Amino acid sequence: MTQIKSRGTVNIATERCKGCELCIPVCKPEVLRMSTNRNKLGMRYPELLPGCTGCTACLLMCPDFCFEVYRYQEPILHEVDV
Amino acid sequence: MSSGSDILQTDAPPSQPAEKLCAFKPDLLLSEDHHLCPGCGEPIAVRMMLEAIKELECSRRAVGVIGIGCYTALTGIIDTDLVQALHGRAPSVATGTKRMLPNGLVYTLQGDGDMVNEGLQEVIHSAARGENITCILLNNGVFGETGGHMTASTVVGQRTKNTIDGRDAKEHGQPILISEMLAQLSGTAYVARCGVFNASQTVHTKRILRKAFQTQLDGKGFSFVEILTMCPTGWFVPVPEGPDYLENVLGSVHKLGELKCE
Amino acid sequence: MTRVLMEGSEAMAKAAIAAGCRFFSGYPMTPFTETLEYFGKHLPDVGGVSINAESELEAIGMAWGALATGARAATGSTGQGLALMQESLSEITRAELPLVYFNMARGQGDYYQATRGGGHGDYRNIVLAPIDVNEAVELTQLAFYLADLWRNPVQIYGDYLLAHTNETVEISTMEFPPLPPKDWAVDGSLGGTGKSRNINPIGMSKLKHEIEPEAFWRRLHVKHKEIEQAEARYEEEFLEGAEMLVVAFGTVARFVRYVVREMRSEGIAVGYIRPITLWPFPYEAISNAAQNTQKVAVLEQNGGQMIDDVRLAVLGSAPVVALGGFSSDEAGFGIGPIHGTDNIRDRIEHGLAGQEVMP
Ligand SMILES: Cc1ncc(C[n+]2csc(CCOP(=O)(O)OP(=O)(O)O)c2C)c(N)n1
Ligand code: SF4
Ligand code: SF4
Ligand code: SF4
Ligand SMILES: [Mg+2]
Repeated sequence: MTQIKSRGTVNIATERCKGCELCIPVCKPEVLRMSTNRNKLGMRYPELLPGCTGCTACLLMCPDFCFEVYRYQEPILHEVDV
Repeated sequence: MSSGSDILQTDAPPSQPAEKLCAFKPDLLLSEDHHLCPGCGEPIAVRMMLEAIKELECSRRAVGVIGIGCYTALTGIIDTDLVQALHGRAPSVATGTKRMLPNGLVYTLQGDGDMVNEGLQEVIHSAARGENITCILLNNGVFGETGGHMTASTVVGQRTKNTIDGRDAKEHGQPILISEMLAQLSGTAYVARCGVFNASQTVHTKRILRKAFQTQLDGKGFSFVEILTMCPTGWFVPVPEGPDYLENVLGSVHKLGELKCE
Repeated sequence: MTRVLMEGSEAMAKAAIAAGCRFFSGYPMTPFTETLEYFGKHLPDVGGVSINAESELEAIGMAWGALATGARAATGSTGQGLALMQESLSEITRAELPLVYFNMARGQGDYYQATRGGGHGDYRNIVLAPIDVNEAVELTQLAFYLADLWRNPVQIYGDYLLAHTNETVEISTMEFPPLPPKDWAVDGSLGGTGKSRNINPIGMSKLKHEIEPEAFWRRLHVKHKEIEQAEARYEEEFLEGAEMLVVAFGTVARFVRYVVREMRSEGIAVGYIRPITLWPFPYEAISNAAQNTQKVAVLEQNGGQMIDDVRLAVLGSAPVVALGGFSSDEAGFGIGPIHGTDNIRDRIEHGLAGQEVMP
């Protein structure tokens, strides 16, 4: 077990995600990955893992305005299996 | 404290105290919904443009003159005053608008098909006159809207519907590098090329747009921003590969940089 | 106000400025060039803008952009230049912008171009065809009023003769009924309010992604029907007891009117009717006049274009004969023997004798 800190987080409008994956490689801490489930459009969408920095890179690259980005006042700690 | 490698809940704003850094859409967009393709670069560029207008406190004086291409579909949600021009004709229309509205921030939004093909003389003449407007080119090297055909800015080797084996310089000629062309004219005050293929370049795009708009606000003359944008549909490449293709295939010919800043 | 001697081109441009025109863009072409020159010289005096556009395509685009701000704006050219402008003319009509444009034609061979147009879609432009410089001064001012009233382009169809004839004119701003405010015009001020404007020729408004072509075209059609009802203008003389009615327009009609007056004074039973608006065409007036005459003659300076509209008006109630034809100077500017009373009289006498005239 180890602790991972999230300084930020995102609110993802998965229902209008078109599954382009542009948000995935721009996330430096690599905390976004595509879902296995599909939304109503039939698309996979991004899911967030612990460790978001609130950098807004995903938002900047999303052509469909699916992200809202927040910075926590106090970082959130997550227990994860390594 | 949450536990495990669980996927975090992201279908609502966080419940813990947090500051919202950025909303889904820029203030000058009426809705997040549009019909452009997955992975299209145009909405990304338009976001930067609208944020730049807002940051310069020009929301209440901006008038956009829009060309015809995929971006035209965004006119329904762009919340600045707009004039829809004919294919290729936006710089002249913007000229008339700006002359009668000298305090307006007048911009055009055009694609490479619109600007570099159909309306090449319009942008060149407006630039040469030093018209105090800002022309914004979304260059994806294709007619996206008609389904991926060669434009005058398609790079050699690029596959399009009418250059199936790639643009062949012998048969189809060489692309026009419009920013380089316009930078030569003494009427232009600001010329820059950028691209939205990664987050830092996207932020840089906004910086460039702000400079171009500022050029106009300062009355310095014609400003021009060429933004390279992804069009995976018109390039026939897998959607996630769009940004790399843009950077390496188009970007190696249409080179990024500030070409002129007066 | 004193009357001054002025060339038609200058008089029209001056009348436009008197009517509040504050923007002009054009590209030189005979016989339109002098109109452009006058605007260039005198618009800046009243704080207006005149641009030497690099092409007709750009000239009309500039006027479009100026119109969008609510300014009174105009452009113009000759047949060839107007041919280049056709795409914009039809789209400006659909965008419902009040463009006024001068057509200083090389004769009357551009009647079809003026009334049918070469643009796409179901569109109509009002066309005013002055007979002389004095009427041109009035019709130019009327053009700006009608353009604003109907939010529709208006063309002034003149020619070399009109553009280059000197007449004494008095140009002062004419009074017209009040017009609604141009609340559709862009000035940027509604940005970010959710109510920003979109001046659009494809019937698409903000937050409505579906274009509704059918409803849009129908609405435009209804407006054009209303214009047809309200705006047809014509002049008529000696319809009473006329055996033959001569239909003519523009500067050619000036000679026709003169000859008809002369012939009437000699007791010859001819009458005269002149469409002042080529669109809307005065179908009803000509239709009524045709009921009381034996034949209708059309005297136009071309191979036969307006005659189609006359036939549509007459609808078989009287024979329609063509008395017009090609008539030009060597340079092709459209000044020819038809601009002379002898030539016109000869044509009308042929008509009375039941003979068509070869164009
Ligand atoms: C006069 C005219 N010719 C052709 C078209 C068809 N057309 C619509 S969009 C377009 C190409 C647009 O290309 P571009 O400006 O590069 O925009 P993109 O779709 O790539 O964003 C064409 C040729 C048109 N609308 N008008
Ligand atoms: S804000 Fe930055 S760190 Fe967080 S998910 Fe988006 S790209 Fe990744
Ligand atoms: S960039 Fe936007 S649309 Fe594309 S996969 Fe990510 S969230 Fe979905
Ligand atoms: S065709 Fe290309 S430019 Fe047009 S919406 Fe699709 S990806 Fe964007
Ligand atoms: Mg393109």
